Amino acid sequence: MEPSYTLPVRNRSFYWKLFKSTFIISAFTVGGGFVIIPLLKTKYVDEYGWISDTETLNLVAIAQSMPGVVAANAAILLGYRMAGIAGTVVALLATVLPPLITLSVISYFYDLFASNPYIQMILKGMQCGATALIINVAIDLVAKQLRKKLLLPILIILATFAANFFFNVNIMLLILIDGILGLIWMRNAKYN
Amino acid sequence: MIDVLLFWEFAKIGLFCVGGGYASMPLIQASVVDTYHWLSMSEFVDIFTISQMTPGPIGINAATFAGTKVDGICGAVAATVGFVAPSFILGIILARLFFKYGDIGPIRGILNGLRPAVVALICGAGISFILLALWNSETLPSDWSGMDLSGALILGLSVIAIRRKISVISVLTGSGILGLILGLLHG
Repeated sequence: MEPSYTLPVRNRSFYWKLFKSTFIISAFTVGGGFVIIPLLKTKYVDEYGWISDTETLNLVAIAQSMPGVVAANAAILLGYRMAGIAGTVVALLATVLPPLITLSVISYFYDLFASNPYIQMILKGMQCGATALIINVAIDLVAKQLRKKLLLPILIILATFAANFFFNVNIMLLILIDGILGLIWMRNAKYN
Repeated sequence: MIDVLLFWEFAKIGLFCVGGGYASMPLIQASVVDTYHWLSMSEFVDIFTISQMTPGPIGINAATFAGTKVDGICGAVAATVGFVAPSFILGIILARLFFKYGDIGPIRGILNGLRPAVVALICGAGISFILLALWNSETLPSDWSGMDLSGALILGLSVIAIRRKISVISVLTGSGILGLILGLLHG
């Protein structure tokens, strides 16, 4: 553990700083967890010195592997480390409120404009663009799994895809089964 | 009552979505579009598009959007709080385990099993997106020849643009403008 930081004093000014800095980062960062996390780190570690660099990296690794939204997970874990449950609540609120407000406003305008024929043409075009994004992600993910040249992950991909797409098996059930398979047979580091 | 259902459904999604934003898409689709019909597939793809261009994680955006649609601001809050509730509880447990033992041990195995599962589910969601974009259909179409050619053109160009590392916002803006132009020429 580096000596260069001390856990923050939990007073009103700390909570306000934590809320304000996290809220601003969440409100203006387009692109999700992988963009937000470095910014949070800059604030918490480099600017305020509330938490160490190593610890942040470890917690972010956990945030990425936990269920849920990576940015919210990071806020929860870092907030907890810096100031316990109260820190978690403050950091999480500051992360969630900006998209909650933005999307409430957007959904209001969406309802207002979505039936306009010109807006519909734009949205239709954008749906094709969004489809391209998800195809791109899918290609990258499949390629990454194939490069490992391991049989088990490929079998899981094929079986899960077929069960989900052709046989409409409940997704949560599939995730549960694959999680158990992983727990039994995939604890070896080569599967990481 | 509907708020309790929203909270519960999004809590389940939050608990089972492992692997970041894209991984939540198939789960949200299964619940919000396929089971409860709170949103149409087309609205769902629009949320995805909007999420790529606005601040905030896709999962929270989708929860807010679907919640608003079902029950205004109360619905938005219920869905969003439900969505992060499992992370909140699990996060505190994992943080404690981590500070105590310095590792999260067997959880790594579970994650190794889930990663390929998530790949498969995202592929499934991708196919649903393609069906909607090119055949305007939520299921496999009976007549494959009815493909929307301007949609196919935009999709093809967008894939090329993304593979060439053009930014997401530029690709989506461009495909929106192209959609408008081709729509006007068509009509």
